[in-house]
Amino acid sequence: MNSNRKALLIPLLLLPVWYLLYRNLQPITNFLIDTVFKLEKGTHLTESLRFFIFEVPKVMLLLTLIIFIVGIIRTFFTPERTRKALEGKSLFTGNVLASLLGVVTPFCSCSAIPLFLGFVESGVPLGVTFSFLIAAPMINEVAVILLYGLFGWKVMLMYIGTGLLIAIFAGYIIGKLKLEHWVADWVYKSRFGNNTQEEQKLLFKDRIRFGYSAVKDIVGKVWIYIIIGVGIGAGMHGFVPENFMVSIMDKSHWYSVPLSVLVGVPLYSNAAGIIPIVSVLIEKGVPLGTALAFMMSTIGLSLPEIIILKKVLKWPLIATFIGVVATGILIVGFIFNWLL
Amino acid sequence: MEKIIKVLGTGCAKCKTLEASVREVVSSNNYPVEVIKIDDIMEIMQFGIMTTPGLVLGDQVAFSGRVPSKDELKKYIEQYINA
Repeated sequence: MNSNRKALLIPLLLLPVWYLLYRNLQPITNFLIDTVFKLEKGTHLTESLRFFIFEVPKVMLLLTLIIFIVGIIRTFFTPERTRKALEGKSLFTGNVLASLLGVVTPFCSCSAIPLFLGFVESGVPLGVTFSFLIAAPMINEVAVILLYGLFGWKVMLMYIGTGLLIAIFAGYIIGKLKLEHWVADWVYKSRFGNNTQEEQKLLFKDRIRFGYSAVKDIVGKVWIYIIIGVGIGAGMHGFVPENFMVSIMDKSHWYSVPLSVLVGVPLYSNAAGIIPIVSVLIEKGVPLGTALAFMMSTIGLSLPEIIILKKVLKWPLIATFIGVVATGILIVGFIFNWLL
Repeated sequence: MEKIIKVLGTGCAKCKTLEASVREVVSSNNYPVEVIKIDDIMEIMQFGIMTTPGLVLGDQVAFSGRVPSKDELKKYIEQYINA
């Protein structure tokens, strides 16, 4: 047997196990709660526990599978290829393409600067570069899976759709404003080395290995947030107490959306950390648009990333960037509150 | 001429992991190379990489944007030493 096939064998064998587990989570949970622990049905504690025991493995299973698949897909998209695809693209087409590529190209906020320099230097327009930099952190796989797991596919699609629109239009507007003179002076003057790195030939088994390491990396980092988040959700299950946060974020107050953006921008969290908070807010009756606006401003616009970008951008451009994206998020929040 | 390995990274978690791994592989195998960490973004950009961390063997970028296993690092470094 060649090693490519061997590498494929384990995931293929695990898939039916995954499916059986996923399909039978509810009966397994009920069996544990009702038959093994013999807990009284209908009490707050029992139902909270049922929610917790069902929800944690459900989200974990989804996360593992999707991150594995995304990890493999990402081996086909390197930043170098993305840059090549974006070179010389016209403004609008470039923005759309950059936003889509932002979702699938591997990205870590610590690489924001080299990516920015690499893009701009090779002639990718400023606005197109921004579309990429907005979409990449905002629409990430962990956020998407958790939204699906906790709120269903409609909320998930809404998030992806509006996130893409914001990235496309914010980048487009920044491009139209012609703000190149607000990029730090040295950026356009310096010439950077050409990458002498050879494009690595990846075998299928290498791609599978990337899938494994993505799962190990990401699930290893976010599992604790999921347990905490679902734990909070479980504790509140069935409870809807009045609360300060909810009353100011209430739908009847128009300022709830701007306020949640204002609170969200300086807050920094990874997608996994913010979802528990969002689920608490929604559970407590905060309208969806306000909650999504809060989530987008927290993970899409973060102070640490802005401070990193200060090295290559002048303040007016940073302010424009924050302003345009925050306005986009505001509009999304208002529209959803109005629609739903 | 002495062989030099450069670890390119601005200080993110992955960059630190890579530097530590490289140093460990080099010292535990007694490879005759010098390991240098490069933090300066301008200097990093001279190598034309767009994701950190990166590893440079001599003046050749070996890889960027990931932290390979120690076994893989060993292979890279041995290949470089024996070249």
